[in-house]
Amino acid sequence: MLAAVRFSDRPTAGPSVRLVPPPYRLTAFPPYLGPVLAVIGRQAVGTVAGFGLLGHFLADTVRAVPDLRTWGRMVVQQMRRLGVDSLPIALFISAFTGIVLALLASYVFTGAVPMYLVGTLVGKTIIMELGPVLTGLALAGRVGANIAAELGTMRVTEQVDALETLAYNPHAYLVIPRVLAGTVMFPVIVAFAMAMGLFTGWLSATTLLPVTNAEFMRGLRLFYDPFDIQFGLIKSASFGFVITLIGCFLGLATRGGAEGVGSATTRTVVYSAEMILVLDAFWAVTLLRHP
Amino acid sequence: MILFEDLHKAFGPKRVLDGFTLAVRDGETMVVIGYSGTGKSVAIKHVVGLLEPDAGRVAVDGQVVSELDRAQLTGLRSRIGFVFQFAALFDSMTIFDNVAFGLRRRRDLAESEIEDRVREALALVDLAGTEAGMPSELSGGMRKRVGLARAIAVRPTYMLYDEPTTGLDPVTSAVIDELMIRTREALGVTSIVITHDMRSAYSVGDRIAMLYQGRIRQVGTVAEIRDTADPVVKSFIEGRPDRSASEAATTLSAEEGIAVEGAQG
Ligand SMILES: Nc1ncnc2c1ncn2[C@@H]1O[C@H](COP(=O)(O)OP(=O)(O)O)[C@@H](O)[C@H]1O
Ligand SMILES: [Mg+2]
Repeated sequence: MLAAVRFSDRPTAGPSVRLVPPPYRLTAFPPYLGPVLAVIGRQAVGTVAGFGLLGHFLADTVRAVPDLRTWGRMVVQQMRRLGVDSLPIALFISAFTGIVLALLASYVFTGAVPMYLVGTLVGKTIIMELGPVLTGLALAGRVGANIAAELGTMRVTEQVDALETLAYNPHAYLVIPRVLAGTVMFPVIVAFAMAMGLFTGWLSATTLLPVTNAEFMRGLRLFYDPFDIQFGLIKSASFGFVITLIGCFLGLATRGGAEGVGSATTRTVVYSAEMILVLDAFWAVTLLRHP
Repeated sequence: MILFEDLHKAFGPKRVLDGFTLAVRDGETMVVIGYSGTGKSVAIKHVVGLLEPDAGRVAVDGQVVSELDRAQLTGLRSRIGFVFQFAALFDSMTIFDNVAFGLRRRRDLAESEIEDRVREALALVDLAGTEAGMPSELSGGMRKRVGLARAIAVRPTYMLYDEPTTGLDPVTSAVIDELMIRTREALGVTSIVITHDMRSAYSVGDRIAMLYQGRIRQVGTVAEIRDTADPVVKSFIEGRPDRSASEAATTLSAEEGIAVEGAQG
């Protein structure tokens, strides 16, 4: 009985209850808010400081761009690796997204809306939103984590220091090839993902739904605007840029052994996923407002 | 000549170097000894500009390292060979590519010359014929030798060794000692060797300096250090933990005069 009361957060009347101290007291400024606010404040300051450091990092990277001799030969290798790493997962995700979108559209449209609009919805959504964003989120886990773990390991085993003592600039040798490969290859990977999503969307619409090939194509073309694809690809390039940049930044900032590498990897995945969603909203706000 | 002048370095609240002063003369091998975690690695990383001093400076041939621009720093680094404690080999590259790495940066070397230099460097550390292998296939001692070959392939005028024999068996340690001596004879380099292996210190060093609590406690020739009167240095080189570090610090502040005199020697 007592135990039940102790765990209840509502003050209850009764003599047996008074022996138990109340779990909290409401005052004008509850004392427990102090530490909470301190934590929030510290995190806010930490976030701003983090962006400052990231800015410095980016500036150092830009300054290394003239060192083409160092990074030039590494770019193709990174591009190949990034493509091989990411294409299967990007295709996998978009294949299933296409199926779901077709079925979802027909489910929503039933009766009220002409079925050829299934094509429109699948097309617009895959090309402008889900293709880039879902691929981006998956690749934050795949590519971003991979870069952070690799560079983090190089950092804690002093391989980055060794690069520097052998007169290489780590920004030129490690960062530029990865960020460039990410920015260039992401739109390519997403383009394949878009094609896959449209294909599975079309396939499920024409086989599982009362939609003909002609209807689906008509819907796909109905509101089509070449800008849609540009929009999707610009977004993808920006996602590729931030994922690889954050991976490099946190990877090279790793401290303290295997544990540090683990933490750099996790933080890369979390921060790049957040940045993808922020950028996604940013592009919508800046590019999608028709006059 | 490498000159550490009143170097200060802290990480957060932790003061690691606190008035570190040491002069390494041309052609000599200076051994720096000291307890683990006292900042020996931190000190030599300032020489190649991997760390920036909070105060004080490090000068190499009269150039103050922290005041160099990128191009000058690159020039300085190509004159210094750095051998890392755990070798720091690039594990995605073959042994050949590891050793060739520093040479590939230079414009004046053709691929055939690079190949010759790599073979020569690997021969110097008795690892001829291992070019095609990967670092992961090597034992700890062999990794260090590859690290040494990578550093000497660029034909530096200075060599910095960070605990070259730590973690190796006595025979392998003796091999590394011999390689350091051989490197010095072959290249005529000025070296700083960080170690807490006193056998190694005595066999490769001309002078020995002990880092203690952020500064040099005593510096002297091998003979002078061997016969030291400073109880801190004495207990370190004899490997006798007869006094705790804090106890030693308080008792010795009274004898500071002697210690400082030693440090300037
Ligand atoms: N980059 C760094 N960031 C924070 N602390 C560091 C860094 N490098 C070294 N330290 C700290 O400085 C102290 C001296 O380290 P180090 O020079 O590696 O000691 P050692 O004399 O064994 O070589 C250690 O306590 C270490 O934790
Ligand atoms: Mg060390």
